[in-house]
Amino acid sequence: MRVPIMADVTSMGEITAIAARIGVELSQIDLDSIHLPPGEDCGIPSDDDDLMEEDPLEFDAGFGNILVVDNLPVVPKEKFEKLEGVVRKIYSQLGVIKEDGLWMPVDPETQKTLGYCFIEYNTPQEAELSKEKTHGYKLDRSHIFAVNMFDDIEKFLKVPDEWAPPEIKPYVPGENLQQWLTDEKARDQFVIRAGNDTEVLWNDARQLKPELVYKRSFWTESFVQWSPLGTYLATVHRQGAAIWGGATTFNRLMRYAHPQVKLIDFSPGERYLVTYSSHEPSNPRDTHRVVLNIFDVRTGKVMRDFKGSADEFAVGGTGGVTGVSWPVFRWSGGKEDKYFARIGKNVISVYETETFSLIDKKSIKVENVMDFSWSPADPILALFVPECGNQPARVSLVQIPSKEELRQKNLFSVSDCKMYWQSNGDYLAVKVDRYTKTKKSTYTGFELFRIKERDIPIEVLELDNKNDKIIAFAWEPKGHRFAVIHGDNPRPDISFYSVRSGTNTGRVSKLTTLKGKQANALYWSPGGRFLILAGLKGFNGQLEFFDVDELETMASAEHFMATDVEWDPTGRYVATSVTSVHEMENGFNIWSFNGKLLYRILKDHFFQYLWRPRPPSFLSKEKEEEIAKNLKRYSKKYEAEDQDVSLQLSEQDREKRKKLKEEWEAWINEWKRLHEEEKMEREKLRDGEASDEEEEYEAKEVEVEEIINVTEEIIPFEESQQ
Amino acid sequence: MRPILMKGHERPLTFLKYNRDGDLLFSCAKDHTPTVWFADNGERLGTYRGHNGAVWCCDVSRDSARLITGSADQSAKLWDVQTGTQLFTFNFDSPARSVDFSVGDKLAVITTDPFMGLPSAIHVKRISKDPSDQVGESVLTLKGPQGRINRAVWGPLNRTIISAGEDAVIRIWDVETGKILKESDKEVGHKKGITSLQKSVDGSHFITGSLDKSAKLWDIRTLTLIKNYTTERPVNAVTMSPLLNHVVLGGGQDASAVTTTDHRAGKFEAKFYDKILQQEIGGVKGHFGPINALAFNPDGKSFSSGGEDGYVRLHHFDHDYFNIKI
Repeated sequence: MRVPIMADVTSMGEITAIAARIGVELSQIDLDSIHLPPGEDCGIPSDDDDLMEEDPLEFDAGFGNILVVDNLPVVPKEKFEKLEGVVRKIYSQLGVIKEDGLWMPVDPETQKTLGYCFIEYNTPQEAELSKEKTHGYKLDRSHIFAVNMFDDIEKFLKVPDEWAPPEIKPYVPGENLQQWLTDEKARDQFVIRAGNDTEVLWNDARQLKPELVYKRSFWTESFVQWSPLGTYLATVHRQGAAIWGGATTFNRLMRYAHPQVKLIDFSPGERYLVTYSSHEPSNPRDTHRVVLNIFDVRTGKVMRDFKGSADEFAVGGTGGVTGVSWPVFRWSGGKEDKYFARIGKNVISVYETETFSLIDKKSIKVENVMDFSWSPADPILALFVPECGNQPARVSLVQIPSKEELRQKNLFSVSDCKMYWQSNGDYLAVKVDRYTKTKKSTYTGFELFRIKERDIPIEVLELDNKNDKIIAFAWEPKGHRFAVIHGDNPRPDISFYSVRSGTNTGRVSKLTTLKGKQANALYWSPGGRFLILAGLKGFNGQLEFFDVDELETMASAEHFMATDVEWDPTGRYVATSVTSVHEMENGFNIWSFNGKLLYRILKDHFFQYLWRPRPPSFLSKEKEEEIAKNLKRYSKKYEAEDQDVSLQLSEQDREKRKKLKEEWEAWINEWKRLHEEEKMEREKLRDGEASDEEEEYEAKEVEVEEIINVTEEIIPFEESQQ
Repeated sequence: MRPILMKGHERPLTFLKYNRDGDLLFSCAKDHTPTVWFADNGERLGTYRGHNGAVWCCDVSRDSARLITGSADQSAKLWDVQTGTQLFTFNFDSPARSVDFSVGDKLAVITTDPFMGLPSAIHVKRISKDPSDQVGESVLTLKGPQGRINRAVWGPLNRTIISAGEDAVIRIWDVETGKILKESDKEVGHKKGITSLQKSVDGSHFITGSLDKSAKLWDIRTLTLIKNYTTERPVNAVTMSPLLNHVVLGGGQDASAVTTTDHRAGKFEAKFYDKILQQEIGGVKGHFGPINALAFNPDGKSFSSGGEDGYVRLHHFDHDYFNIKI
């Protein structure tokens, strides 16, 4: 320890005096070399004492790391050690038990254990984990562990002994959450997020502008999402998710607590909400811990939660958030929300929502399963298993809940498979990438399953040029056609196929191929028939509106730099937007289905554009056909309305213009008056020049004569002779 | 409408000015040499040599005899328009950004940039009829606003000075007392730096263009916001037609971002708006860099634009232009 020489203890003058007295040459002493004996400060306080004091260890005041394990066997003294050994073995696997951390109390009279014990772990996390894992653990038939946190005991003690009947509240009718569907003008809503503001707007295509429904700043902390039937708008916050809705405005309907929630997903019938978060592990070598909760949307109750390391949830699929592919739980199609499933290592776990447990309490074992998808309409799973050893790769269809395999197809030398369901679940297209013989490159073919036909026939489809790369694939919604973008950038081809063309019902036939289009994405209208071939990203936002019935292009347009294309749920309008991945041009365009630009809104920092989905129509198929047949009769009423609107619009417009013109006129007159008032002074400033040209300007003709030169010449005069 | 391309400058254009009769067009650029052109056919008439830095602004006297220019060489110069001779040099300690003759041409307002610790300033100089009597002393110096003052012009009857600049605030100064009379309202005013300001012919209102992608029309006496024109690009230049109710905005993305994006992204268009309805009427394309300067011929039948690309484009309107109906 260095001896500090402090000015307030001893001044330099005194030191020199002392040095002189004891005969020490000060300049020859290296002060830093002086050391005091350890533990001795000679009464001189050190100025870095406080640094030497170690921070006191922080002790957790609570008992969060202590577990209470109940329902242990009651054993006499002789068997105490054996039981303790068993318990220690079970619990030391799940975490580090503290020294003397296992305490099994003994009845002092009978010397028997009391059937419970306390376990103290190093950390509350370990205790939490052990509780999860061992609660309900069957030691033997009559001893099922009941594990609780020590901290919770107090809570349990407070439960009143007497049962009191819950108060029955009178029924209050809720708001009509589907009010927006009854809009008189049959408009659709959409939500946009730009900067800090989130706005819900009507798409008023007749007036060529949006109309605000609701606006709120800082409504969400990351993103917003509509529920699949459009009833709710979900917002995401640090504390959890919330849903909003209502007849005329947006009220908060429910909150779902889930700290640090990152992703959310609704079940297709919007009965359940899955929330997801991943948490940084305390030990950097561990993987992230993920937490998934499944809430009942209407009651807000947690139906089931899943916790585990990210690895457990990251099997199969590719990409996603920190290795977990979202959505983790995929829901079976249909409004019932009956089943949901997730992929694990060599298993597919299918849960049912009645009990929120595995069907038959078992996962489906499938070695090496890579990917799966649900039919959008029926409880049918499609699985893809890659090649493994001598086993060929295969795609199989499994019926749920019977777990019966409906159809299977073996495939050889496969590098990858992608499954595309048609929206009614009528067809399944599997895009198969196969290795060529040399294994150096791949080529692509399609396997088409006709799900609704007897025995599910499979057909193989190869492109005309099978070496073409597939850039995009899309089924016509509710239809029997699909479109494929294939070939090489920058000018790929687009082919249309039908699985049910007029004469040839059992086979796939090609409708047409469009050569050399600048497109890399396909967007079918939700009503089918119309398709947008979009060239996003590298193609700068080329759009081609294509009619597949007539096989003709309706319009070509461009929304420069467009990043997203979204059809409205009715297929009448299309929104293209430039989101803030680019700095410039942020905003959105609204087009009619046939490619006419209706209006354009620019917003800086534009993040999201989402149409509000509509629930499926209640009209029967026959009724729909009837309407389509007699469209003329029905449309008459609307045409008249349209005309009224346009008349009214021009009337309003005229009014507005008139007002603006009048206001302007007032300004002009005011300015003229002031200008006139100041005229004299202005003249003075200009030295009396009568100067305001607009009044005084006068063209004067000025004749200037200049004598340039004078010459004299004598012309001889000769008298002519007569 | 086929524009006349006037290639005489080697560097980006900074300012354009017609004389009162509308037969001469003065152009300033970063290449040190202000140039005068025939406003009719775009023929170059002459140059004014003497500056040693980018020339930011100019103004011409009512009788088209005197030209004043402000330059980054820390001076403003008075020139004889006809002969091109230098008559006088006002020296400053920082670049001169904007110049404007008063009504009667007996005073000039010159703004200087913040430079080497000096704040920006507005100087008022007396202009003598006879150049031999000219002195360099300022009649008045105004200081206060933060950042560069991009433009300062005279108010009605030389009683006020209107200034606007990087701090997005428009100020009206009293010339007698040197005090600020009015400041534009933060709520309705520009959100980003103001790049240009132009008065109407009768001096009753003025228009400002700003990097916040808008132009605004103000009453010069009360500083009331009258109109607002929004566009998609930062606005570098604004002007108003003296003949029709049209305003023209010019701009484009920041010059530093031009090379990194597609040429269509730039939108280097001069955009025409209806002055009263605030609606876009049309645009004139052509420049391949942002538009830095715009000026209308006083007869309202032609206008010129100057770009970062170094060209001046002179446009004589077609007959159709005068019949535009919206």
